[in-house]
Order: sequence, then C-alpha cells, then structure tokens
Amino acid sequence: MTATLQSPPASGLGRHLLGIDGMSRSDLEEILDLTDTFAEIGRRPIPKVPALRGRTVATAFFENSTRTRMSFETAARRLSADTVAFSAGSSSLSKGESLRDTVEVVASYGADLLVVRHAMAGTAHRVADWTDLSVVNAGDGCHEHPTQALLDCYTLREQRGSLDGMRIAIVGDVRHSRVARSNILAFTALGAEVVLVAPATLLPPAIDGWPVTVFHELDPLLTDLDAVYLLRMQQERITEGLIPSLREYANDFGLSADRVARMRSDALVLHPGPTNRGVEISAEAAADPRSVILDQVVNGVSVRMAVLFRLLGSGQQLVAADIEPVGDDARPEGADR
Amino acid sequence: MSVVLRGGRIIDRDGERTLDVEVGDDGRIAAVGTGLSGDAELDASGCVISPGFVDLHAHLREPGQEEAETIETGARGGSLGGYTALVTMPNTDPTTDCVAVVEQVRTLGRRSTCEIIPSAAMTVDRRGTEMAPMGELVDAGVGIFTDDGTGLQDPRLMRRVMEYSTGLTGRLGRPVVLAQHCEVTALSTGGFMHEGEWSSRLGIPGQPAESEELMVMRDIALVRLTGAHTHFQHLSTAASVAMVRGAKAAGLPVTAEATTHHLTLTDAACASYDPVFKVHPPLRTDADVQAIRDGLADGTIDAIATDHAPHAPHAKELPFDQAPPGMLGLETAFALTLDESGLDLPEVLALLSWKPAAIAGVADRHGAPILPGNPANLCVVDPDEVWTVSGAAMASRSCNTPYEGRSLRGRVRHTLRAGEPVVVDGEARR
Repeated sequence: MTATLQSPPASGLGRHLLGIDGMSRSDLEEILDLTDTFAEIGRRPIPKVPALRGRTVATAFFENSTRTRMSFETAARRLSADTVAFSAGSSSLSKGESLRDTVEVVASYGADLLVVRHAMAGTAHRVADWTDLSVVNAGDGCHEHPTQALLDCYTLREQRGSLDGMRIAIVGDVRHSRVARSNILAFTALGAEVVLVAPATLLPPAIDGWPVTVFHELDPLLTDLDAVYLLRMQQERITEGLIPSLREYANDFGLSADRVARMRSDALVLHPGPTNRGVEISAEAAADPRSVILDQVVNGVSVRMAVLFRLLGSGQQLVAADIEPVGDDARPEGADR
Repeated sequence: MSVVLRGGRIIDRDGERTLDVEVGDDGRIAAVGTGLSGDAELDASGCVISPGFVDLHAHLREPGQEEAETIETGARGGSLGGYTALVTMPNTDPTTDCVAVVEQVRTLGRRSTCEIIPSAAMTVDRRGTEMAPMGELVDAGVGIFTDDGTGLQDPRLMRRVMEYSTGLTGRLGRPVVLAQHCEVTALSTGGFMHEGEWSSRLGIPGQPAESEELMVMRDIALVRLTGAHTHFQHLSTAASVAMVRGAKAAGLPVTAEATTHHLTLTDAACASYDPVFKVHPPLRTDADVQAIRDGLADGTIDAIATDHAPHAPHAKELPFDQAPPGMLGLETAFALTLDESGLDLPEVLALLSWKPAAIAGVADRHGAPILPGNPANLCVVDPDEVWTVSGAAMASRSCNTPYEGRSLRGRVRHTLRAGEPVVVDGEARR
C-alpha cells in the first residue's frame, strides 16, 4: 500500500479534531464559516459569549508552547468555558506513570474536551483511543497541527476571499514540520497549489505521493507566488548535520528585504511564529504590509473558538443564545480568574 | 508412562509417512508403526506429527524483567506454539555475559516446559567495547553469542570477536555461531519505524533500510576475512536478503533467520500509532516482505524465528518514541508461517524445526527424525484448525501481540517435551 499524504475523507467531522487528514473541503469550510461568527465576537468590547458555559476545556501540554496554549485558553474563556491546565513540567510522567494513566487523571477533573500537545507524532490519536472526551490535537511531533492550518486558511481566505487557484510556497524545514503537513493537506483541499522550497535534507524522506511540487531554490519562484509560508528554522538542524549554518540557510531561503521586494504587490507573507528574525524572515519582511503574521495570531483565537464550539457546543447550528453578550457578571477578558 | 500419538501423519526431515508414534517413559521414541499401544493415547487424527520447533530468538526477560515474562511463562507459551527448545537472548538484567547468569537461566529453564538454550553476549554487558569471556562461556556449553538488541558497532572489535570465535571450535566441538543484530546506530538513532513513505506521512522519524544493510555488508566482508560462522538475525530488507544470498553463493559460512512479523506485516501498520507495531528492526515495505518470502523459499533464509519480545501493558501505553520495541511471537509463529509464507507444510516445519535446530547445535535432540531411540521432542499440529488470536489468552505475562483479533489457520494440538505431554488439545498442562 502506497502512502499518499491524504486518507480518504471520513464522513464529516467527528468527535475529535486530530488532523486535517481525512477532512473534506466541506468539513474545512464548515469550520471556516463558523469562524466568521466568532471573529465578530472577538471584535466586541466584551469579547465573551455564554456558548460553552459549564463546560471544561483541559489543556494537556507535554511540550512547551506558550502561544498555542494561550490561544486555546483565550478561545475557551471567550466561550465561557472553564479551563484546567496540565503541563509536563508539573506532571508525573517522569515518575514512571504511563501516558494513559496521565490522561485518565486529567480526564477525571471533569473535563469535556482535551487539548493535547506532544513532541511525538500520533500521541493525540492514542489519547483519543483511550478516552471518551473530545480531543483536539494542538500539535503532535512532526505530524499535524490542524488548528494552525485552519487559522492559516482562514487568514488567506480573509485576505483573498478564497484559496482556489492560489500558488503558495511553504519554505523551510518541512521534514520536521507538523504545520507543513497540515497545511499541505488543507491548502490543497481548498483548491490552492502548494510548492515546497527547502534544502534536500529538510524534506521528508519519501513524498512521491504528495500533492506538491518541490524546489530547492526560492529566488526563481518569488515573482510567481500568491503567498509564501515560512517555517521556523531551528539551531539543532546544524548539529544534526542537516544544514551547514543558519547563515547559509538565511542566504538561500530566508525572506530578506530584497526578496520580499521582488514579490508581487498582492502577495502574502505568513509564518506560524515565533519568528527567528534574520533567519527565515528578515525584520523588513515581517513588517512589510504584505505580512499577515499578526492576523494569523488574532485569527487563531477565532478558529479555536469555532473548533471548541463545533466539538462541544449545541450542535452544528449556532443559536442566538450562544452568542449573545454575557450578562451582568460579564467582565473584561482576563479579569475572571 | 508411555504415550501413543495415534492417527497422524509424520513429517520430518526424512519425509512423510502415516504411522503412529509410541513415546516411552524414558522420554524417547519407543516405536513408530501401526497397532502400537501405550498407557495413554493422544489423538492425532487430521494432524501432522512433527519434531518440536526450535526458536533461535526469544526474549524471556528473566532475570531482570519478570513483570514482562519469566522463563516459566515464556516456555509455556513456547510449548503452546509447538516449540520444544528456545534460544534465549542475553539482554537480561544482569546481562547474560558470564557463566553465572548462563547457569541461572539454565537452572530456571530446567523447571520449564522447553529446553532453554541461553545465548551469551559477545561483549561485556553488550556495550560493544570489550569481548565477553567467550572461552569460559564455550566451556560452559554456550554455542551462540549475540549482543542482540544492538549490533556490535565497532568493526575492529567485530573482526576480533570473529577471529577469536574460530579458535573455540575445538572446545565447543562445533563452530561457534555469532548472531548479529544488524543495525548501524549512527544511521538509525532517533528513528522509530521504517523510513519511507509511511514515516514521511505519519511524522514518525524513520530508520532507513540502509542502517541494517550496511552492517550485513560489513559482516559479510568480515566473514570473508575471518571465516567465522555468522548468523544474521531478523533480516528485514530486500537488499539484506540479496546480500546473504550472494554470501551463500560464495560459500561463506553464513546463516540467516526471518521473523514472522517481517513476513506478515508492513510499515503501514504504524498508521494506528499503536506501539504494539513498534519493533527493531522495524516493519518494512511490501517489497521487503516479498523479498523475505522469496528468501525463505530459495533457502537464503534458514529459519523462522520469533524475536518474542514481551513488554508489560503500561510499557506500550506510551508515545511511539518512548515505548520499547518488540512483540510477542511464540504462540502465533506456526500459523502465520503456514498461512502467509506461501510455503507448503513440510517446508514450514523445516524452517521452524530441523533447520534452526542445526544452527542452534541441538540437532541430536530437537528436529531429529521421528525414529525409535530419538528424544521425544515432538509437536502435533492441525493445519486446518482456525482460531482467533487473543493476547490476553496467551501464556505470556504480556499481551503485546500485533495480531490481536486476527483469525489464523493452523494450530498446535499437542506438544511433547522429552516425552512429557506439556500441551494436550491446545491446553498447557503445567
């Protein structure tokens, strides 16, 4: 059996969000459409609605990620859900407890949904096998990061109306990138063309069946791209012998001021953050009007609200009561601790 | 107490015939013929009476990891799988790298239902830096040396171990066998499944086939240099099989085994992310599986081994990278080989019994022809019985079978170890 990147689509969204793999175009569009509603809530003076009052969202992060955790927690609080947080630093994992034991303990705190981040591929899938809770994959090793892909798609759609026909370059360490795997699936499902641009050592070992074209040079492509998506480059790739130096990487693949200047006037620059200024992206490129990096962060909260609502809320249809402003007890976000 | 196996068809290395077998109370075969009678009878109708199976590669975890398996439970599983002899691997705790631990394993083995044949480490504590006391171990009867779990990385030390082993032939009475787990760790470290299309898609870091093949290549070169009998453990790639085929054609003293999982499963199984499918060497591709089958068919691969590797359930309830590699094999080996190798029954029995018995140096008592006077290490297999695999139902203390719920054809009905019926009608007697 050959491993193409995408499994046959499952029938609609299930109880979990484990990956973009298996989601159809209509599944993705359903979440993106729902996100519009929650984006509007985010622009209110008091960005909080009662949709998930009484529900508890647990975040189980076995790998550090301040940004993703903050984004999920903000999304949960804006929906009036309670949050409980578990992080590996304060866990029993180092005391010989199995992952399954840990998950059962976290679930026993009355959570309705578990947001799982782990450094190893497939961990969210295993957790979903062991629990009755809904599970959202907040990044599993080098595998998938579905909410990142959804927020990226939402950002592109917000800018362009549709991804259909867009030519998007994903540049950098695709080999180790869950963001790249999820985005290749999501971008192509929504009608975009994806090109990968990376040194040969930073591509996955075998990608013949993937719906992408591969380039090892960025410059010849620049003028022909609707968007460039830059991946984080990490120092340890040098000690692993994958690239000679960050300097050489930046010279060949970094989005310098010069390169961003050559891009089309309507092209977009995306990055999942946090950025390494001067490596994969220059300060000038990050500050360029075509950069939508901060929009991605803002949209991340809206998309995660949509995902949490979709999995925990009153079914697929939003009812008015879900999104009416909260009552007298409403306080500005962040004050309710 | 004498026992008659009645109504079966005998298949051994001498061929095939339909005769009853009488086993005497001295643990030997008393008679082969018709109209035999004994104190007890075991029904062998519709079944094949074979010399007992010999596993060249079993992890019975004792001493050190008794939570996962003991020699008693591992041997019981072996008996249920038709085995009468198991070669145990030395990655125990403490490592089986000295006579004291070898004797402990043997002592425990004598109370079990299989003959336990301890292999010993080639290097002290399997660290790959200093040679284990091979002479002492040979004098204690050890004939197989391996650092299984890792390969011996240092080519210089491997050369010396090979050379040294050739000087021990006289003391052992036959050539020492060096069993190599072929894996160049510089290429495999950090990988947890086969590197290829599936690992790329699943985001699980992979180990390239070349990490195995480079060591197969190196050791063939060193066998050419030294003449040491080298046995390649658990071959898993097409190129490995091809290299061993070439080495045999060149007349080098090499043998090889393949496991039932490398014969039946591919890396696609890892898509479940269930570490029950994590094993070293990893499950490979369809083309590799086919090459293993071809290698079994043409004699390049001499034996089916199990690499039976029990792990307690909690050890597999971990992320894919943290879970230990290995899977159970003893109770499923016969049926899987019969169902999936594409070989006919006599060839299957050869690969499970008399061919590995010869490599293990126990051909005088296991895998021997079913003739009066030979030790009664026998199994009776029903090639048509269909059964469903259940880890929980196995004798092992662990249940990490990758075949859970699978329906297999071919089952061991009875097993006799030194004349004692240790499995009767598919049930362990002790």
